Amino acid sequence: MTARGDSPYALTHLDALESEAVHVFREVAGEFERPVLLFSGGKDSVVMLHTALKAFAPAPLPFALLHVDTGHNFPEVLAYRDRVVARHGLRLHIASVQEFIDDGRLRERPDGTRNPLQTVPLLDAIERHRFDAVFGGGRRDEEKARAKERVFSLRDEFGGWDPRRQRPELWDLYNGRHSPGEHVRVFPLSNWTELDVWQYIAREGIELPSIYYAHEREVFARSGMWLTPGEWGGPRDGERVERRVVRYRTVGDMSCTGAVESDAATVDRVIEEIAASRLTERGATRADDKLSEAAMEDRKREGYF
Amino acid sequence: MSIASIATEPAAATSLLRFATAGSVDDGKSTLVGRLLHDSKSVLADQLEAVEHASRDRGHDAPDLALLTDGLRAEREQGITIDVAYRYFATARRRFVLADTPGHVQYTRNMVTGASTAELALVLVDARHGVVEQTRRHAAVAALLRVPHLVLAVNKMDLVDWSEAVFARIAEEFTAYAGSLGVPDVTAIPVSALAGDNVVTPSAHLDWYGGPTVLEHLETVPVIADPTGDPARFPVQYVIRPRTAGHPDYRGYAGRIASGVLRVGERVTVLPSGRTSTITAIDALGTPVDVAWAPQSVTVRLADDLDVARGDLIAPAAGAPEPVRDVEATVCHVADRPLREGDRVLLKHTTRTVKAVVKALPSRLDPADLALRPSPGALAANDIGRVVLRTAEPLALDDYAVSRSTGAFLLIDPADGTTLTAGMAGPAFTAASGGSGRPEADASVPAPDDGWDF
Repeated sequence: MTARGDSPYALTHLDALESEAVHVFREVAGEFERPVLLFSGGKDSVVMLHTALKAFAPAPLPFALLHVDTGHNFPEVLAYRDRVVARHGLRLHIASVQEFIDDGRLRERPDGTRNPLQTVPLLDAIERHRFDAVFGGGRRDEEKARAKERVFSLRDEFGGWDPRRQRPELWDLYNGRHSPGEHVRVFPLSNWTELDVWQYIAREGIELPSIYYAHEREVFARSGMWLTPGEWGGPRDGERVERRVVRYRTVGDMSCTGAVESDAATVDRVIEEIAASRLTERGATRADDKLSEAAMEDRKREGYF
Repeated sequence: MSIASIATEPAAATSLLRFATAGSVDDGKSTLVGRLLHDSKSVLADQLEAVEHASRDRGHDAPDLALLTDGLRAEREQGITIDVAYRYFATARRRFVLADTPGHVQYTRNMVTGASTAELALVLVDARHGVVEQTRRHAAVAALLRVPHLVLAVNKMDLVDWSEAVFARIAEEFTAYAGSLGVPDVTAIPVSALAGDNVVTPSAHLDWYGGPTVLEHLETVPVIADPTGDPARFPVQYVIRPRTAGHPDYRGYAGRIASGVLRVGERVTVLPSGRTSTITAIDALGTPVDVAWAPQSVTVRLADDLDVARGDLIAPAAGAPEPVRDVEATVCHVADRPLREGDRVLLKHTTRTVKAVVKALPSRLDPADLALRPSPGALAANDIGRVVLRTAEPLALDDYAVSRSTGAFLLIDPADGTTLTAGMAGPAFTAASGGSGRPEADASVPAPDDGWDF
């Protein structure tokens, strides 16, 4: 059965997901003192921002954005971030991994990947600004540890997640109570899938950083992924740079975010491509999830998203 | 069903079904869920590779599909599911969010959690054992939570020689029992999850069965109710006052319509104050509309400058609920610390949180025979029972039988914020005596439209 045809009161799956995300944003704005929205310029955080803006229109967004900058971000994504912030008159906080490395609070990992290092500056920013609710674009379809995640996820004073001590989440009655020092991670897109995100981007005509669409760029192969060369540490000896037509399915730290070979240069072509893909976005493009069977769960326990 | 057609299908054409699974430990629930995901091509190559890899590490010959769903270290170490997980899959006709809940007796709270947002519950039984105590408990929880559709999957049909008689006997017993609980819609399907018979594709072994496969049923079960029959309820979540040059006087009440339909021009009452006004505008996330319905998130503007805040409820002037401070409800206790008479708690109902005290615990449901035992003294984790509460401020509460949204509430520990109890306001159980499954009426007679018994 198709929804629209049967009843004038049907909601499409995108309308249902959008309504739910808006509900979550408004709950947090109504119940918390100092929420903040994590914004990386990646597609999930872009969709999150888009729905948040709709939730409070015509008023301005009642919270600021926080970007955890690994120092290895794609220049196209940083330019996009600044453009969006300027266009909507948003407030942006930046937590910089590079600053933490420069002043000795963090040390570079031997493998050069900075994704796991984000946790420390993130928790520092949460503590310094006394954020009590932190919106993340995490989706439960991404990864099996995330499938166990709540929409409202209580974190202890160390930012840690204990999957065995999660609050049951009943109906749409979200419990945001927390003690001083604790905070709540909130995932308005919990019930979305990668395809939902792209279909919503198409429907709403949302602009994304250009690297999500097929383009020719210099890349080199490492561990079965196409990485972008740069000061972050590639290519090494024996790794050969070549020009390929690629696009990114996820956007993160350059050291662990791989491109996929693709000629999908438009939203519609991207949707066709991922609907036919036999790989999940993380399986295709994220090196850090392959570190161990429980890599994501372990990082989340430490305070990562 | 073709994957490629999902992409070309306009997004507007697919609906969303949320459903929950329930089954006893060895009924094959993980296998059935694995089958649904696998045969609908929702398991992608890297996920399957990870499962194959992990299965080899554990010394299994074949990939253990349960590893697809048991995501946590502790679950994999113990080989059990300890918590609700949410799975996603899609066909060309519909998208699905599956609340995959553990089947152990001690995890009743997880099934309650999964069922609270579900429009359909899928209960598994082993064809060799038929309807057992746990099956009745799952049906009772689904009925208590008022999940509109119940599916009985009679699994392991291969182990009873695909016997139509065995299936018919189990289906009849279950349907009668569900009927006695007041469940309006039951569908029974014979399957073999291990071999995939009747899960996604019809089985030649079951040619005597003329009904849909599990997936076909999930794809076609009607989930779009007509909201016009329900009373309109609009809990105010957030007041939008831009105070900007472009919108100096804008004052909108943002929220999600909990039930029913709102129309511009309608006379409404704001509760608990009881003041009335008229809806002058409805904004559906950027589009001004004349009419909006549950579960849309909208912003409503009123003709009069009333004092309206988060926690208030907007309802039609004719047909607003009477705010109350004495609440009777059926609850499922979800916290490890018990709930006792005299406990001071917080009660969260829609967008409103108020202080409350537990005045009495009249009864507790015996999970073995589903009978009510009086004066339990306390409710422990996973207990279902009756409570009487007194609130510090009036609540615009409906019976859960009328609205799954405005009839539901949480009890919260004011000391540390722990979610204690899931509450469903309204009359007590009137039926559901267990073993015989027989209340006063004859189960073979279909219950009247609204025949819920608790």
